[in-house]
Amino acid sequence: MSVWLAHHWHAFVLALKRLAGAPVGNLLSITVIGIAFSLPAGIYMLLGNLQAFSGQVSGVPQLSLFLEEDANTGEVEQIESRLKHHPQVASFEFISRDSALEQFKRGSGLADVIDSLDQNPLPDAFLMNARNLSPGALEELRMELQGWPKVEHVQLDSAWANRLDALLRLGRLAVLMLAALLGFALVAVTFNTIRLQILTKRDEIEVSKLIGATNGFIRRPFLYFGAMQGLAGGVAAWLIISLGIHLMDDELRDLMQLYEMNFRLYHLPIEESLGLLLFSACLGWTGAWLSVANHLWQVEPR
Amino acid sequence: MISFSQVCKRYPNGFDALKNISFTLEAGEMALITGHSGAGKSTLLRLIAAIERPTSGSIIVNGQNVSALKSGAIPFLRRNLGLVFQDQKILFDRTVFDNVLLPLQISGFNSRGATGRVRAALDKVGLLDKERVRPITLSGGEQQRLCIARAIVNRPSVLIADEPTSNLDADYARDIMGMFKSFHQVGVTVLIATHDVELLGNIPLRIFALNHGELAA
Repeated sequence: MSVWLAHHWHAFVLALKRLAGAPVGNLLSITVIGIAFSLPAGIYMLLGNLQAFSGQVSGVPQLSLFLEEDANTGEVEQIESRLKHHPQVASFEFISRDSALEQFKRGSGLADVIDSLDQNPLPDAFLMNARNLSPGALEELRMELQGWPKVEHVQLDSAWANRLDALLRLGRLAVLMLAALLGFALVAVTFNTIRLQILTKRDEIEVSKLIGATNGFIRRPFLYFGAMQGLAGGVAAWLIISLGIHLMDDELRDLMQLYEMNFRLYHLPIEESLGLLLFSACLGWTGAWLSVANHLWQVEPR
Repeated sequence: MISFSQVCKRYPNGFDALKNISFTLEAGEMALITGHSGAGKSTLLRLIAAIERPTSGSIIVNGQNVSALKSGAIPFLRRNLGLVFQDQKILFDRTVFDNVLLPLQISGFNSRGATGRVRAALDKVGLLDKERVRPITLSGGEQQRLCIARAIVNRPSVLIADEPTSNLDADYARDIMGMFKSFHQVGVTVLIATHDVELLGNIPLRIFALNHGELAA
């Protein structure tokens, strides 16, 4: 056990020394890895924000039922009682055309324009929540209500949110593909860095093997180095994203305020940040492993 | 103990470096391998440390059949051998101390125990006052002694040296051979490839003379 610990400690310290020994070159490699990784991770962060935003806006999907303009009070009451007894409708609210106009006046700031209209262009409407929120059931309910007399139009408020969700899914797939490609690039960068290191440590590797070093002993410092470099690259990516958020956040808030929405960018949550670091460290480790294995295979006595 | 039985080594280009070599060196014995250059001395030593594999025959070192050893077991065989290489293989990017420390790092010594052992090994070869020096500043004889210190720091039961005196003048060479004699006297099995037979003086020891890959009787 203590031998195992001594070996790992030795390799760890050696890797740290090598990392600190060529600061400029290593910093450049780390920056390259960071930039490569900040791309998929940054897009992923934006998608997460968009999804949170769409959830915040759509919340529970609601159905809006607009009546025909010439519907009279009796017909409205008839629809109200049908809704009350409908098994699929959990709750509903009647918005008369007058109160709708009042709301619109207050919300839009177009009071002058509305006052100048000679008649109210808005219809009576019901706003309802369904019991079963699955997209299929909602669509079915919409079709059914659409068929009732004096109903002009039934709108599913979550339709655009569904579309956004589908887009987000597509975006996530794109991120995955991008991450795979750039992950491969990270492995390649590490492979090359380690290959160069091996070339400068050739004598040491040869002597170590001759006096009884196992392949593991030789591999270990390089693996630590690769993992550290990958980890540092992940940290760099995280910092780049932070910087991006910092730069964009104020502008974005101003923009969203124009739409009367309160929207702020959030960084990757802690689990996903850790996942990013772990992933980049693993890729660095993999690149180093491939590089050392390739070299050891070449010097294997035959 | 080192035992060769009917060992042949043929290189891929068809050159027979060793032909049907058989001998046994008992534990604690000291022996020389002599012969012209290209006679197969180095090849024979490299087979013992499994740096090369024999084409046929079997080699037993410390009870292990080296010729059939799995590659994963070779490092542990080598840790019981003290090897002095013909081309020295000193690492010039680190101090004398760190060169000698390397075998102990490889076998996983803790640093306190290792420091003591490195100093003891350097003391034995008379380099204790140079432990912080870079090897490039050492003389040829001192570099050779550094190699010996690195070979003995693990306290191996077998010491193998390939032409340890080849680049040294007579005084240094006698000095180095004297060291091998003293290791032999404390019970280490010593096998040296050399052409300076007379340097060893009047100790009774076995001499294996190689001639074109064959052992002369």
